[in-house]
Amino acid sequence: MKYAEILHRCFRCGYCKLPGNNIDFNCPAHVAFRFETYSPGGRMWLLGAWLNHKLEPSRRFQEILFSCTACRNCVEQCPLTKIKDELLLAFTAGKEELVGEGKVPPPVRDCLTKLQKYGNPYGISRKKRANWATDAEVEVFSDQEFLFFPGDVGAFDSRGQEIARSVAALLTRLGVSFGILGDREVSDGNEANAMGESELFRLLAEENIEHFNKLNVKKIIALSPHGFNALKNEYPALGGAYQVFHYTQLLAAHAASLAFKDNLSNIRVTYHDPCYLGRHNWEYGSARKVLAALPGVAIREMDRSRQDALCCGGGGGNLFTDILGNGVESPARNRVAEALDTGAGILAVSCPTCAVMLGDAVKSSNMEERIQVREISEIVNERLKAK
Amino acid sequence: MSNIYEILSEIVGPEFVSDFPEEKYIYSMDPGTMPACEPDIVIMPGSTDEVQKIVQAANAHRVPLVPLGAGLVLSGLSRALKGGIVLDMKRMNRILEINEVSRYALVEAGASQGMLQAHLRKHFPNLKHSAPDAPPAATVAGNICIHGSGHLSHAAGFHSDMLNGLEVVLPTGEIVRIGSCAISPYWFARAPLPDLAGLFLGWAGTTGVITKLAIKLYPNYPLNDVAVFVSEDASLLPDILYQITGTQLAEDVTTWMTPKPDWAAGFLHCNVNYGAKTKKELIWKRNLIRSAVESYIDDKTGGFLPLPGMMKQRFLEVPARQLALFADVRKGGGFEYVGAIMPVELFPKAYDLGLDIANKLGVSYSMGCRIIGVNHSMMFFYAYAFNRADPADIARAQGALEETNKRVLDMGGVPWKAEAPAQKEIIRKMDPNMFDMIRRVRSILDPNGIMNPGNWEDN
Amino acid sequence: MYALNFDPAICESCDTCDCLMRCQYMTFDLEEAKREKANINNGKDSRVLTGCATCYACEEYCPNGNHPFYLIVERQEEKGILPSPAPITRQQILMMKPKGTITPMKVRAPVIDMCYFPMLTGSIRAPLYENPSIIVGSDVFCNIMWLHFARNSVIRDQLPRVIENIWQFYLRDSGVDELICFHDECYASFTHLAPAFNIEVPFKPVHVFEYISGRLDALQDTITPINAKVAYQRPCSNRLIPETQHWVDDIFSKIGVERVERKYDRENSLCCGQVLRAHQREEMADEIQNRNLEDMKEAGAAYCVFNCPACMLTLAEAAAENGLFPIHLSDLCQVALAGSSPKG
Repeated sequence: MKYAEILHRCFRCGYCKLPGNNIDFNCPAHVAFRFETYSPGGRMWLLGAWLNHKLEPSRRFQEILFSCTACRNCVEQCPLTKIKDELLLAFTAGKEELVGEGKVPPPVRDCLTKLQKYGNPYGISRKKRANWATDAEVEVFSDQEFLFFPGDVGAFDSRGQEIARSVAALLTRLGVSFGILGDREVSDGNEANAMGESELFRLLAEENIEHFNKLNVKKIIALSPHGFNALKNEYPALGGAYQVFHYTQLLAAHAASLAFKDNLSNIRVTYHDPCYLGRHNWEYGSARKVLAALPGVAIREMDRSRQDALCCGGGGGNLFTDILGNGVESPARNRVAEALDTGAGILAVSCPTCAVMLGDAVKSSNMEERIQVREISEIVNERLKAK
Repeated sequence: MSNIYEILSEIVGPEFVSDFPEEKYIYSMDPGTMPACEPDIVIMPGSTDEVQKIVQAANAHRVPLVPLGAGLVLSGLSRALKGGIVLDMKRMNRILEINEVSRYALVEAGASQGMLQAHLRKHFPNLKHSAPDAPPAATVAGNICIHGSGHLSHAAGFHSDMLNGLEVVLPTGEIVRIGSCAISPYWFARAPLPDLAGLFLGWAGTTGVITKLAIKLYPNYPLNDVAVFVSEDASLLPDILYQITGTQLAEDVTTWMTPKPDWAAGFLHCNVNYGAKTKKELIWKRNLIRSAVESYIDDKTGGFLPLPGMMKQRFLEVPARQLALFADVRKGGGFEYVGAIMPVELFPKAYDLGLDIANKLGVSYSMGCRIIGVNHSMMFFYAYAFNRADPADIARAQGALEETNKRVLDMGGVPWKAEAPAQKEIIRKMDPNMFDMIRRVRSILDPNGIMNPGNWEDN
Repeated sequence: MYALNFDPAICESCDTCDCLMRCQYMTFDLEEAKREKANINNGKDSRVLTGCATCYACEEYCPNGNHPFYLIVERQEEKGILPSPAPITRQQILMMKPKGTITPMKVRAPVIDMCYFPMLTGSIRAPLYENPSIIVGSDVFCNIMWLHFARNSVIRDQLPRVIENIWQFYLRDSGVDELICFHDECYASFTHLAPAFNIEVPFKPVHVFEYISGRLDALQDTITPINAKVAYQRPCSNRLIPETQHWVDDIFSKIGVERVERKYDRENSLCCGQVLRAHQREEMADEIQNRNLEDMKEAGAAYCVFNCPACMLTLAEAAAENGLFPIHLSDLCQVALAGSSPKG
């Protein structure tokens, strides 16, 4: 197994379970399950035990591995400078070994099977990938400046589709030249990669790259930070080198030029940093810049924000596999409780996965009267002056 | 065991009890050198009520019960030496009350050092507790239970000295409040009542399960500084420490001696941490501390390091995050240490002992000494790093730890949080009446011998 | 070997005894100054040997180049007088010891010598620095700091080796004979200290000021004047090379900043105080630091500009607390080339 040489170097000191300010647990799997096994240190030692034939890769073992949402908090916090950058890589390698042996939890197996068959984890025909854009006045990509890439959640999840339409409308309002590929694209593959299916990721990525290159795509706007991460960081090695932006980055650059309605009500907003913009790509500023430019918006930061943000629990394929569940102890509900503590009425997100996870958590906590999950583009669109 | 598993599952819910091989593996050992001892079951209670029911069930079925905080004691005190149930307390991690005027915090037993520190920083920035240098995931209760020490120990003693009161579940299932909280809604002191808290401090969880505790808080100064006094002659240290601690101005006085990096070998660095409300006060304290060791400065045998502000940050960090790096010295994720509680006059002998063992046994080491009280004692630690993937390296570190424990005892010190083999060495040296009293107390409190058996036994 | 170029006859015919009379940290009348100087010259005890702040200024004040400060250091070592406690002196020497890990590397001009400041190599970037080669590490550490610790012996032992390292491992086989010294200390070490001890230097040291000034000329069309008042913290090592001070004025003029007229600048510059702390003279260090920063503030400076990394490490925080923006001279030039000021 790749990175096996670092497994025994984990001291299980527990820094990886906490954010930098130690205010509460910050490993989403540990928040959900609380056993020491469900923690980065636990995974390191368990992987080592498996490779040394002390443990079998049982269903429990598989769940422990696949409960990792790849949020990168452990990499951020581990004090062991010589191994910290390889922690997540080791967990992914462990998942890859399990995938290779066919020893994965059924939801993981199902998710990967759908990705392989349909090019998306929903198991929906790829022909329907552009359905979100029906009635949305979105052009097909030909030679516009940007390709707009909605990703799987934006294309197929109903909440994700709302967000895709909202962002597309905002980009149009900003005069950004963009088009979409619709059913000529497949999943960005980020979740496949995070689940250890590197071969499937490669196939998906190469399919996309072939189409992108044929159409001479140079710049891409990603709706989802997950897609942003794959397109920006993983595609170049496979021949797909593009200028990749998350849409909030463009929005931040244009924020000063937006015209807003008069007499807007004052709202208190707290912003949830998505892992794949934040810890994975060090992008903490753009969404905040956008929010700061909106009249009547008071920003209240959560105790765990920026590099300390608690993952919503949707990464590592968990949006589809639901290994973390949505019980009282789930990270998503923990995050909603934290958002409520700020006194904010709006929990702002810039990731469709976060929108789905946190939106569901608000509902299951019966907190809809007290807080709403709104995506950045939705907040902006609501406050824009009519054209 | 399956019968008790069902019972436990009823108490906490099936999601918080496990007899899976994965949990049994992880909970069988801590990051130190002690060999694995697998429990049969791991359980995570969420309330005192649940703890009580668990203890009653364990008692009824005579199943061993081992309380566990964060498992960072490193000497394996939370291993299930005789199997049974490991009671992971960390779900009970609420901070229940901060009394600002009387300066105490009431927390559940699973509350971590880091969370208490963060809570105080956010809500009561004028207050702090004495945090050990263990990682922030370590529990407040675990550290108190083992007579830990930390960043306010020079000012205020062992962490157990800072305890105001306890709520415990006895091995027979009674819930007992100890201290003022037994009589009053306030958890402000153990005095003036007969002090039963000692029955749960230093007993390695063999007398009951702590479920709540109140600890003293102290002023958190807005300005903090550290002065690092360097010398090369260990024989000078008892007096240097005597003089510095005699000013009673510092919060923490900790000396470190390490062979790496190369420039540190052979030097003794005494970190003197102090705080103040104003810059003027800070400088005044600095000058007074300095004048306490003026004679050494004048004869050039010692002096304070000229550290610019940003280079002091690592010495001002609480806990000192970089200490975890020692675990990677052998690229093996392991270290364990003997913390010897000793009188300060033994410093030179203690230091020589450390050098001798490291040379003789060829182990990677680090030494240090934290002053407890006004030079009333010191926690002199001998840390040995090891590679947990190399059994020979683990054995070498174990050998060094054993040798260190023996020689510390010979010297007149007492190994702190001693692992099971070292406990037997201590018992061999102990006043037999004291050990007899320990046995009698345990037999009264724990007639079925369920609490962390295998510890503090002479057989 | 490597004897100090000192001529007692020069001192005997000196009427002014500027070296001691102009000292900023000890006070003398002329008679006493001459007496103490004679004692030093003759190897006798002198309060100067224990009172010296090691600020290097007397090397600049001496109108005859007769190395009064180097002689003080010589005498301190001969007599076993330690300005700093023995453990600190010994530890510093161990910390800065050459690791012997230098390997040959091809370089091309401009070659920037970063001494033992690897943490500052980020300052060496375009547009100010054009395709430089950088040398850095313990094996090229200039060793001048031992003047603060009464250790000329360490200088004698290590400086020739450092010079040889630079020449042999980098410059000679690359056909480069110019070395740009990022720090005053290195330039002073090679152009003033080495000759004083008859240590040969086979390459031509160039002060980074000269390089920067030339680059600013080449890039003048891209400079946006900063239009601010700055205080300059002149480091002790620049006392050995006062002929380089005009470059600082040139650079400031080119980037549009005004070096404020203040009491403790140029020949009256104050030590940053860090060495005084190493000498355990904390209160004296506090006093001169406060005086220095007050002086900068009263003169209306917005920036406190450093060229010495040690001065910057020592004073930056206090400067910021006093409302002065601490910045390295090199980075200030980069600001002028970037078109925007960090102060907005």
